[in-house]
Amino acid sequence: MKLLRETKLMFIRNLRQTLRSPVFIFVSLFQPLLYLFLFMPLLNNLGGVPGLPAGKTVQIFIPGLLVMMALFGSAFVGFNLIDDIRSGVIERFLVTPVSRSAILWGRVLRDAVILDVQCILITLVAIPFGLTVNLGGFLLSLLLYAFVSITMASTSYSFALIYKIEDPLAPTLNMITLPLSLLSGIILPLALAPLWIQDTAKFNPFSYAVNASRALFAGNWQSWEVVAGFVIMFVLMVVIFSWSLSSLKKID
Amino acid sequence: MSSQFVIETHNLKKTFVSKVKGKQEEVKAVKGVNLAIKKGEIFGFLGPNGAGKSTTQKMLSTLLLPTSGEVTIAGFDLKTEQIQIRKNIGYVSQAGGTDAGATGYENLILQAQLYGLTDDLAKKQAEELVKRFQMVSFAGRPAATYSGGQKRRLDVALGMTHRPQLLLLDEPTTGLDPQSRVYMWEEIKKLKADGVTIFLTTHYMDEADKLCDTIAIIDNGQIIIEGTPLELKNSIGADIIVFGFSDQEIALKSKNLLLAKFQPEKVNTEGNEVRLYIKNGDQILPEALRLLDANHLTAQNITLSKPSLDDVFLKYTGRSLREDKI
Repeated sequence: MKLLRETKLMFIRNLRQTLRSPVFIFVSLFQPLLYLFLFMPLLNNLGGVPGLPAGKTVQIFIPGLLVMMALFGSAFVGFNLIDDIRSGVIERFLVTPVSRSAILWGRVLRDAVILDVQCILITLVAIPFGLTVNLGGFLLSLLLYAFVSITMASTSYSFALIYKIEDPLAPTLNMITLPLSLLSGIILPLALAPLWIQDTAKFNPFSYAVNASRALFAGNWQSWEVVAGFVIMFVLMVVIFSWSLSSLKKID
Repeated sequence: MSSQFVIETHNLKKTFVSKVKGKQEEVKAVKGVNLAIKKGEIFGFLGPNGAGKSTTQKMLSTLLLPTSGEVTIAGFDLKTEQIQIRKNIGYVSQAGGTDAGATGYENLILQAQLYGLTDDLAKKQAEELVKRFQMVSFAGRPAATYSGGQKRRLDVALGMTHRPQLLLLDEPTTGLDPQSRVYMWEEIKKLKADGVTIFLTTHYMDEADKLCDTIAIIDNGQIIIEGTPLELKNSIGADIIVFGFSDQEIALKSKNLLLAKFQPEKVNTEGNEVRLYIKNGDQILPEALRLLDANHLTAQNITLSKPSLDDVFLKYTGRSLREDKI
């Protein structure tokens, strides 16, 4: 009960902070929109290659793009935490009897909610391009994107808590997100890749999230891909969140 | 346990271990600090940068776990009762901790809620604090728009939200303009009058002198001297009394008289001036004047200077406080 109330208070505080400059929510939509308008048309002419059935490229591309948004969109939230560390806000919270996990939950839940709103907007924009949305599957996929988002946000916060300065944060996060997205078949299906890349991708938890996302958009709720995606992302989320929590407790 | 003390530490130590090129390196930041801070006093903690001042304060505010030693705060053990301690102390860091995007009210309401107040009570408490710290005219604006002094007021109000019995202040007036400094001093005195115990670190000797009941100087992880500001200044030795006379002959006569009567540490004459180095100069001065008067010797001007806390600091740390503030 106490944890719930504290998480709610922190969530509202963080959401307000984001909504004070709402324009950034739309600015970060610019990149996925560019992919939608300037990259997806290229795929249309590729239709028919392995993993990309002819005439259905939008149906394959959008679920991947949404996972990419969760991956990149939540990866840089650590910068915002560094501001709060520098201004002493985090220290002030830590001296109150508030539970440490509420401080973090209040942040990652804010990040997940913002991300899901962005996913909804991009999905709506993609409908005129021929995307068919299975409502149940889509709602479930929003939960999956939230898991991805919380995992990436927690990673970002961990490094922010360790470094406490901006300079090394961006290169570190780029080093993590770029291979993760390249090895998850987001932009082009992995079926096109040489075998060794396909094998490497099996060790990338996010490739399972992409597969699950595509299965959900296809309406295959009870498929093995969906179960694997949720289980793997959930476990990863719990592990990374715990790491982030221990970084918060160790900050000095 | 004696309830006379709000903070008691025994042999408090903090050692940081860091790996440099694969080798473990130990930095002993605090090497056995003993404190006994009485209820209701203003305790000043002074030291050069890197002396262990902030590390000690962070341990006392539960932000940092000690490596070893016993600490009791407000009657609770730092190792096992951190939550109880957090409910009883307020901490204002040098950075302050205000959420710059939020208004003063929003900051205060959230802080009160975090201490477990219901939404209604939190609102009421925030309004009281806004009045108490004279923030009515600006509390509705985002904190980012505040002047240094206004922001500092909000910082302290945030630290006092839950009416703690102990307030830890980290350099409360650093970077403030003179007027805001004086205002902050008045606030700190008011808090003391309300019965709040205050533990403050500062770089300013005049601040420590004006505010503190007790002062401890920490250097190299250890407290090197502790006492009231007066005791510390007296420990330096002599005050200096300078008498100015109308001519050299009177000066010499006076010098011999003063030397015979008071046994000063040192006395010398320079032209028409006599410089008397003596303990408790303020008590000696009236006597000295009566003595000169009785012998029909009249001083034209007199100055008494006491050693300052700067001198104390210099004597015990071998450094001047000012030069380490680059």
